[in-house]
Amino acid sequence: MALKIIKEERAHSEARVEATQYFTFAYPPHELLLECGEKLGPITLAYETYGRLNAERSNAILVLHALSGDAHAADVNGGDDDPGWWNEMIGPGKGFDTNEYFVICSNIIGGCKGSTGPASLNPKTGRPYALDFPFLTIADMVNAQRHLIDHLGIERLLCVAGGSMGGMQALQWAASYPERVRAAIPIATALKHSPQQIAFNEVVRQSIMADPAWREGNYYDFGQPEKGLAVARMIGHITFMSDQSMEEKFSRRLKNGAFSFNLDADFEVEGYLRYRGANFVKRFDANSYLYITKAMDYFNLSGGKLITTGKPVNTRFLVISFQSDWLYPSYQSQDIVRELKGKQVDITYCELKSTYGHDAFLVEVEEQTELIRHFLGVTLKGYHSWNGQGIKYGGFG
Amino acid sequence: MKNNNFPERPDHRIIFDAIAPESRVLDLGCGTGELLYHLVRFKQARVQGIEMDKKAFYECVKRGLSVFQGDIETGLVEYPDGAFDDVILNQCLQEVRKVDFVIEESLRIGKRVIVGFPNFAHFHSRLMLGLGGRSPITASLPYLWYDTPNVRFLSIKDFQIFCAEKRLKILSAHFLGKTGPVTFWPNLFALNAVFVLTKGKEGGLR
Repeated sequence: MALKIIKEERAHSEARVEATQYFTFAYPPHELLLECGEKLGPITLAYETYGRLNAERSNAILVLHALSGDAHAADVNGGDDDPGWWNEMIGPGKGFDTNEYFVICSNIIGGCKGSTGPASLNPKTGRPYALDFPFLTIADMVNAQRHLIDHLGIERLLCVAGGSMGGMQALQWAASYPERVRAAIPIATALKHSPQQIAFNEVVRQSIMADPAWREGNYYDFGQPEKGLAVARMIGHITFMSDQSMEEKFSRRLKNGAFSFNLDADFEVEGYLRYRGANFVKRFDANSYLYITKAMDYFNLSGGKLITTGKPVNTRFLVISFQSDWLYPSYQSQDIVRELKGKQVDITYCELKSTYGHDAFLVEVEEQTELIRHFLGVTLKGYHSWNGQGIKYGGFG
Repeated sequence: MKNNNFPERPDHRIIFDAIAPESRVLDLGCGTGELLYHLVRFKQARVQGIEMDKKAFYECVKRGLSVFQGDIETGLVEYPDGAFDDVILNQCLQEVRKVDFVIEESLRIGKRVIVGFPNFAHFHSRLMLGLGGRSPITASLPYLWYDTPNVRFLSIKDFQIFCAEKRLKILSAHFLGKTGPVTFWPNLFALNAVFVLTKGKEGGLR
């Protein structure tokens, strides 16, 4: 495969630009064929790596971000303004220990943080794709990542891991490329969105599209549909928290000590949501939000699609859910476990106690670190490598 | 942990010896995973554990075992027939409500089922109840009446009758006292029993 690396100068580059790298592939006429039937190319993926790839190339871990994440998963060297979305879990001595493992994170296609998405320039028109961008699936995102992993010269990943939509990608990796994934850690995720989850996403999309500033997606010369996108994100934040975490964080506390008797934000929770919404519009493209939520809704690996091969599967799974997560409830993680049981796959599953709701996968560091560290250690070295008698995983029979 | 190539607990040792190398093993209520660990390490078994207790679950994870947190009564139905060579039900049957169901399911998904349980008819229990008039507390049943996790109180004889009624074939039976194996009158002198079962000719519990 003749693949080129193109390091592009990015207009919106930030202080950490030296850490983010760019890989461009699928140049015409070899565009990437997407699940919808359309072709996309060239495609750029923004990615970062932490730690070092060992000589056997056996210690690579791909971490996969959620809806609004990006390639900047961690600030391993310190000193960055933005520590990264999973900084608590990735770094020397952390759950994904960069002294041991080579950790890769890339921005998904369809995203807006350096990878090709609706806000990118369409080479055919010289203008942003907007709604001319083809609709994507989680499988398309994973297919694009696979090109990056090829480019990095990694035949088999030690592990794919992520929470929420990152967990969907981890599951999709295990489904699409079982022979290339030794272990998968899907966290706070599902084999498919329930009608409730689709419903929330639809309200999110409608709030963006109902903003006149959205202009059928062609807002790039005028500025984002800020009101609609802010409301979309506010809805998201409600679903990421729990009744209890909101009570603990805000209760009914007032911002200014007394009711305003007008439509200002009286309660702290209102102020919080407005602040989150207003911040989000500065950093995230509205069309990307539409495309990515759609991809999540399309995702469905239930009914035997997670593991299709009749052969023994050697991918090990660590499935984690959180007690107070009502957006991706534990029963959905248990559905993953059920699916795997029928296929005689090694599974570790745990529902962790947490009051943080869906946010827990980013917040509950201690227990996840404990689980992930031991799980990865055995996956890499086999049982009791300390006396040189490691047992590598083999298939059944 | 000592570096023996067999587990230390006598009941674990019996089960360990009963399992063939490279077997596929499911341990229901696997505790801290001591037995499974030895099966993986020294018998190259492919194992899966189920454990309810969070602390014990974490011990399993530390040992690198595949285990899921959950209760055994709901954890079995998804497995296909014959998924395992051996299904272990050690020291947990007395805590199970639907005993029939769990053994039936275990025999469906495993070729053999290994059941270990404390003997309620040990002479010590009989003395405490018969003469002392108190609920028995023994080395293998150490709980007070108000804090016991046990909901089933069975003797070795009870279990043998159960197997006969349900047409389960007993491949082997092992009885343990305080200091070692018990050969004489086990229903009176054994604290624990381990049975290796398979489906009878008429095929299981139905």
